[in-house]
Amino acid sequence: MEELFIEAKLENIETVLNFVNARIENCPPRIKTQIGIVVDEILSNISHYAYHPAVGFVVVRISLDSEITIEFEDSGIAYDPISAKDPDITLSAEERDIGGLGLFMVKNLMDSVEYRRDGDYNVFTVKKRVR
Amino acid sequence: MNINKTLENGKLTFILDGRLDSTTAPRLQDVLIPAFNEGGEVGLDFAQLAYLSSAGLRVLLMALKTAKTKGASMSISGVSQEIMEVFEMTGFSEMLTFT
Repeated sequence: MEELFIEAKLENIETVLNFVNARIENCPPRIKTQIGIVVDEILSNISHYAYHPAVGFVVVRISLDSEITIEFEDSGIAYDPISAKDPDITLSAEERDIGGLGLFMVKNLMDSVEYRRDGDYNVFTVKKRVR
Repeated sequence: MNINKTLENGKLTFILDGRLDSTTAPRLQDVLIPAFNEGGEVGLDFAQLAYLSSAGLRVLLMALKTAKTKGASMSISGVSQEIMEVFEMTGFSEMLTFT
């Protein structure tokens, strides 16, 4: 597993995307697109909420065999993204509130998502089969 | 992401090139929302858009609501299969107008 240790802030999402994309270069374009969305959702969540209003770090680990596994670890406030309530996607534009869509997309785009609280750390792992 | 703007027969269209994500969505919001002040139809050209995340969806939702209150409309062209999957997954395909 390779890892990147970086400050969790929006300006760094591009660096994380480049780190991840370099390791899945030969995967199908559709999967790379889905991974790009997922990285954006998770990193923006951590950047906005984990250490608010301070700034902290996130460790991003990736491995690739028959599936892509990406692990996001932060030492911010305990938060289980899997427990987040799914939004009602049948509402009209007027009735809609955007909350919860990001994690809903993560759960739908990946084959599996797993959360664990490990001491002072949140560890969120997503997996996507590539063949 | 690059945002280009064209005005053709009175219709304003924003052409997006790159990723519409949490880093770039605020820039689209800044130019798109005021565009509805004139009323009329505003177009978005997604042909060069790699993908969009929920930050992009947030701006589109805000745009739909703004268009409605201003008596304007919004349509999207050039949507790739991957992006359409995101719209379908989130129910946005039911709210948006595609050309």
